Amino acid sequence: MNDRDSVLSAIRGALSGVPGSESPDASPLSHGRRVDHAGPDVVGLFARRAAEYRATVVRVPSAGAAAAVARALARTGTRSLVVPPGFPEDLVPAGPWSLLADVPPLTVGQLDAADAVVTTVATAVAVTGTVALDHGPGQGRRVLTLLPDQHICVVRADQIAPDVPEALRLLDPNRPLTLVSGPSATSDIELDRVEGVHGPRTLDIVVVEDA
Amino acid sequence: MSGADNVVWLGTPAFPEAARTALADPQLRANLRRATATIRDRRLAVAAELEDWEELRETAATIKRHTLRHLDHHLLRLEKAVTAAGGVVHWAADAAEANRIVTCLVKATGESEVVKVKSMATQEIGLNEALADAGIRAYETDLAELIVQLGGDRPSHILVPAIHRNRSEIREIFRREMGEWGAPAPEGLTTEPRDLAEAARLHLREKFLRAKVAVSGANFATADTGTVVVVESEGNGRMCLTLPETLITVMGIEKVLPSFADLDVFLQLLPRSSTGERMNPYTSLWTGITDGDGPRNFHLVLLDNGRTATLADEVGRQALACIRCSACLNVCPVYERTGGHAYGSVYPGPIGAVLTPQLVGVENAASLPFASTLCGACYDACPVKINIPEVLVHLRAEAVEAERRDRLLPTSEAIVMKAAAAVLNSPRRLAAVQRLAAFGSRLVARDGRIGALPGPFARWSATRDTPVPARESLRAWWLRTRTPTNGDSRTTAEGKGRR
Repeated sequence: MNDRDSVLSAIRGALSGVPGSESPDASPLSHGRRVDHAGPDVVGLFARRAAEYRATVVRVPSAGAAAAVARALARTGTRSLVVPPGFPEDLVPAGPWSLLADVPPLTVGQLDAADAVVTTVATAVAVTGTVALDHGPGQGRRVLTLLPDQHICVVRADQIAPDVPEALRLLDPNRPLTLVSGPSATSDIELDRVEGVHGPRTLDIVVVEDA
Repeated sequence: MSGADNVVWLGTPAFPEAARTALADPQLRANLRRATATIRDRRLAVAAELEDWEELRETAATIKRHTLRHLDHHLLRLEKAVTAAGGVVHWAADAAEANRIVTCLVKATGESEVVKVKSMATQEIGLNEALADAGIRAYETDLAELIVQLGGDRPSHILVPAIHRNRSEIREIFRREMGEWGAPAPEGLTTEPRDLAEAARLHLREKFLRAKVAVSGANFATADTGTVVVVESEGNGRMCLTLPETLITVMGIEKVLPSFADLDVFLQLLPRSSTGERMNPYTSLWTGITDGDGPRNFHLVLLDNGRTATLADEVGRQALACIRCSACLNVCPVYERTGGHAYGSVYPGPIGAVLTPQLVGVENAASLPFASTLCGACYDACPVKINIPEVLVHLRAEAVEAERRDRLLPTSEAIVMKAAAAVLNSPRRLAAVQRLAAFGSRLVARDGRIGALPGPFARWSATRDTPVPARESLRAWWLRTRTPTNGDSRTTAEGKGRR
């Protein structure tokens, strides 16, 4: 008997007391949020909670989005900016930085040497201050938001879900998914929180609200 | 399938002895007290933000209970979904088989080093040691695990494995060891956590960038979609999960969830229970392989290693619901004073005291179910409502039973219990013993307390005085003061009659 068969038969033996009439797929629960943790001001809550994770959050009208991205880049003195395929061109600000497209794919060394990356998001979560990437158009491969030291996320206000259950329902499990809550951090040394270990040390979130 | 050696470091020395050493270390106790108090307060604050917290716990417990009752079904669904998404699923009945699978997979790539995401399952099977025996070097990339690995040390907490180390100890370890493993510690390294984290970043970056193979654990895997989830903070997990060409994930069979939708409950409970955050900085979810993004080869190793034996015990089974948040450690008065090393296993604290004896067989870890005051704080804190005190008591009975089976002569405890049973079964004997005790104890007592007791009671009395029994027992007092009149209480009359 191979390991697969022996593990499965051990499980079946261990569960011989479970009546055959009990259906394994009949989930005993209805999922989803039964209590509203977000309140009426979903966008405001998202901005506050993300800022509590030491992300830099600004709220701007769509006409001001490119300028907000430019300010974030200028603040850190960016010299090179990675722009993923599918990122809206009108949101890429001109400035003293060079632009790197990921076509053909950048090498790990090129990404490691880049200063910043700007992306859109798939959705966001107000209650936890989280942005969620499914690495589709405008978001790029997973490493694009990992190696450069600054990550700028442009979030449309209507993309912000109130809570974790709503956000998960908007995500496609067949895509790679990355949920980001603040910059990279550790609390491993005496439980002192330190931002910036291996991932980006700076996270900027530009919330675009519009009429 | 279980054995004494499938949870590394088990049982030497046994808990009471190891705990005594830990208790004598004031630095360790101070570190632990500060750390557990901090994380306890944070957890309480963020759990209180969700008014349906108790409902979420109940839902999580129900999902876990239901999944475990149909574990074979959900694992087969998971296998099918992962395979359909381009992954390869392997099954391992025990630690040796899992290590053999991972070693073969690494060797097939031609590589001699791997980067690792912090994982309890790979610690449990001693993967790093097995890889080293095969000439493969495994680099831990979580900051705390790095501190532990460089220090030649053992993890002492599920979530923050280097909790027993303070900043100056960490600086010394970095200065002494980093150069042996790769990029040395920077000149003038201070004890500031920011500085130490930066040193770890520089040390590991070159390893991430050149790594071709990574090994991870899994926090969850969803059977309907084949999605695997890793929750972390530093980004080292994301590095390992996306940069290498080959990713090998080792996952205990109990980590499967029926559906992707179930994640909403657990992603609300886990970060709040473990680090006291609303959400951890990074959560990575992947389903098989994705063209042009991340590893080209994905292997999922499903690990039994004592879990099916645990599943067979209907009381003990609930320990398999554990999501490794470590909330139970941080509220446990025993853990707070002894630290994790005393438990002699990769799973310390209350959950370790119920999980380890089941994974290895209770006769091989007989002292662990007793490493608790049964205060119940762990049950209150557990986000999936594992009734740890219930399992502890259940395993204590099994430990006593195992010892009785193995010994030719009864233990002193068994003799005392037998004598106590004989006394308590007979009102006449009980009354006689009570009179004797009340009289005898007055001869040895000082100021109403009794100090050291002889023989088998010595260990009990070494840390506490025994109060002197009352001059008169309740039963004697009742008989004396309730003198029956005609037709009065039958109880009293019967009691008197029996005497």
